Amino acid sequence: MIARHLKHRGSALWLAAIVHRLSGLALAAFLPLHFLALGLAIEGEARLEDFLRWTDRPLVKFAEVALVFLFTVHLLGGLRILVIENLDWREGQKQLAALAAAVSAIVAFVFLVRVF
Amino acid sequence: MNVRLYIWQRATAAIMAPLVLVHIALIFYATRQGLSAADVLSRTRGSIAWAAFYGIFVAAVSIHAAIGVRNVLHEWTPLTERRAGFCAIAFGLLLAALGARAVAAVVLP
Repeated sequence: MIARHLKHRGSALWLAAIVHRLSGLALAAFLPLHFLALGLAIEGEARLEDFLRWTDRPLVKFAEVALVFLFTVHLLGGLRILVIENLDWREGQKQLAALAAAVSAIVAFVFLVRVF
Repeated sequence: MNVRLYIWQRATAAIMAPLVLVHIALIFYATRQGLSAADVLSRTRGSIAWAAFYGIFVAAVSIHAAIGVRNVLHEWTPLTERRAGFCAIAFGLLLAALGARAVAAVVLP
């Protein structure tokens, strides 16, 4: 009974929905910190520069790479939803969801190469 | 999620899609030779275009994220719909206030 109810969780589209939700939550958690960081410019350019130099640490760079992935995958996942809801249905949604994840991973990898 | 919130969330998503694309492109551009405050602020300070761009972005993301958080709280926590709504409004207002402050910090000369 339980296995039957949980069967959909193996689906690529269920995974896409979870990735969309969790990436949205992560971005929502990050946004206040992002705004606070940019707000440092109120105290002057030097204050923002000090913070940006702190972000040169490798661990922060890896976190930024993860954020670029989350940002891109949330954008592409959201575009897929908007297309499904507003245009005619088209087959290949699993492939589109996989493509969104792959493109996001590539974008994040290119960013990784650029920042290191 | 009621119809009104559904429409707001989808409308803000549609507004933000091109803004996010530009923002990602800008992230790549700004980090091409290491990110510096002088580089960022020389581009944004005194710019009405960037003020409008990020002003719209902050308004849209505050609404979009608040509705998303409301849905998650209602569906994944024991909070009632009403309490989830209050938390979401508080979160949206926090984002809008911090976002407006951030935009002011980088665009005001």
